[in-house]
Amino acid sequence: MSGVLKLALKLLLGDRGKFMTLVIGITFAVFLMMLMTSMFFGIIEHSAGNIINIGARMWVMDPDVQTPQNSIPMPNYVLDAVRSIPGVDYAVPLYVGAGLVRLHDGTYQPATVIGLDDATLFGRPELLDGHTLDIYGNNAFFVVRDANYAKLDSPKMGTTFEINDRRGVVAGIAHVSVGSLFGLPTLYTTYSRATQDLPSTRYEMSFILAQPKSAAAIPAIKRAVAQLGYLALTDQEFTTRNDRFYEFQTAMGTNILIMTLISFIVGLSIAGETFYMFVLDNLERFAALKAIGARSSELVAMIFYQSLVVSFLGFGFGVLLASALVAFGKLRIPNYAAMITFQNIFMALVMVLVISGVSAYIGIRRILRIDPFIVFRS
Amino acid sequence: MILSVQGVTKWFGEAPARTDALRNISFSVDHNEMLYIVGPSGSGKTTLLSVISGILRPNSGSVVVEGKDIWRLSADALADFRLHTLGFVFQDYHLFPRLTTLENIAVPLVLRRVPWEQGLEKARHVLEVVELADKAQLPPQRLSGGEQQRVAIARAIVSEPDLLVLDEPTASLDGDTGRRIVAFVRNHVLNERRAIIVVTHDDRIYEYASRIIHMEDGRIVDEPRPTA
Repeated sequence: MSGVLKLALKLLLGDRGKFMTLVIGITFAVFLMMLMTSMFFGIIEHSAGNIINIGARMWVMDPDVQTPQNSIPMPNYVLDAVRSIPGVDYAVPLYVGAGLVRLHDGTYQPATVIGLDDATLFGRPELLDGHTLDIYGNNAFFVVRDANYAKLDSPKMGTTFEINDRRGVVAGIAHVSVGSLFGLPTLYTTYSRATQDLPSTRYEMSFILAQPKSAAAIPAIKRAVAQLGYLALTDQEFTTRNDRFYEFQTAMGTNILIMTLISFIVGLSIAGETFYMFVLDNLERFAALKAIGARSSELVAMIFYQSLVVSFLGFGFGVLLASALVAFGKLRIPNYAAMITFQNIFMALVMVLVISGVSAYIGIRRILRIDPFIVFRS
Repeated sequence: MILSVQGVTKWFGEAPARTDALRNISFSVDHNEMLYIVGPSGSGKTTLLSVISGILRPNSGSVVVEGKDIWRLSADALADFRLHTLGFVFQDYHLFPRLTTLENIAVPLVLRRVPWEQGLEKARHVLEVVELADKAQLPPQRLSGGEQQRVAIARAIVSEPDLLVLDEPTASLDGDTGRRIVAFVRNHVLNERRAIIVVTHDDRIYEYASRIIHMEDGRIVDEPRPTA
């Protein structure tokens, strides 16, 4: 490390009070920013759970559908039409709906019901207990063991229940990688049973899951589906569409954005003001350095370095604290929808760098204007 | 000759509120000379010191140090000039309270890009010269006024400057300590390769001067005269 930067570090660390205030201020801001954005990413991920869990390469839907939770049923001929599009390897129907489960104590619990294509069971979950073929048994359902499993009284294999006044039997306990956003238990069954047991409109098919023969075929498939009056999206595009819906068409995104901005402003205020106070307190020392022969560029480097050191320390502690809280939350609260991703770490880093840059800039402006002549005035 | 000041004028503000701080100042300083600039408060001593040091730009005139007109240099070159040619002892010392005594002394070396450990090693040697070797790891605020003054002197001479500038070196010290400090500078710091300029109004230390310039109202009112 250059001697000048070492000097800057010693000046910074020497003023423990301000150093701690700066680090704590930035830590707090990063912690809040990370927490806000991780909650948002967690919610987004859970909202796209069906897309991730089903794992289809392409989804065909009504053009007004925004999320996998809210479908507009399509007529069956669309499935035949999609299957006949050159470039489509295969296509299967998917039912996504809700059923009302009557528990043994007589209370009712809404549940998400996913009906898989009878022939292929495409999109079936990983089974923790039971066999895949058991889904073809009479009134068979697979129950997902997730945070909402207990809401169905934690049923065991063979447990019977009522769903929409029809008998249901637990034929398998399943696991999915992403839990539900809305706190509903999830049941899997065959497409035919789902459409037979659950009340529906004239059309029943929520989505068509399509597998293109190759990536190159995707644009042509999308065009052909569009000619049918429907929308074909890759899984990634559907996820993005779902994300945009929650970001811009619900208050969720806006509120979290506002909270993130407030955290940023709090961090900026604390860091900016404390750093400026630090510079003011050391003004005569910087003037002395200037008088002794430090170049302006060296003083600027010192200030930037000091600002970067506190920012990176605050960033590290903030990420650590937020990660610990999210991890703790996930351990203690099964439904806790928060997720720390590279994206929100990067976002927090950018914001911290802005805080660091602005704080340094405020200090540098003052430093560059110092007249070293002041060192000769007692 | 190490320093030549020719026709230097400096004023602050604009007419009619203009204050003439320096009026056509000319003098020179030779190697191995300890020049005092004396005079009452407001006579322009500190302004002259700042002009000589490349800190305050004069309105006219030239300041030539080691054959170089310093006010023709760029800002960075002027900073380099101060770093490589001058050593400062400020009236309030301006030591860094967050650094140890040793690190304070090494600051000019650090600015000269001398490696940190090497700078500390040299600073340790100079600390022995000013007889403060046992205080190396203390912060300057734990030292007495006289000790702080010696640390400031050590910092000024650590990079072996040609011209040492002392601003009111005895202002914060009692009479005996002040005299001891100036005697130390005269006997241990002044040499054939170096000159020292002292701004003071403390007549108790005049005996250590090679020459004294007396200033009043921005003028040299007393021609340089040799002392004992």
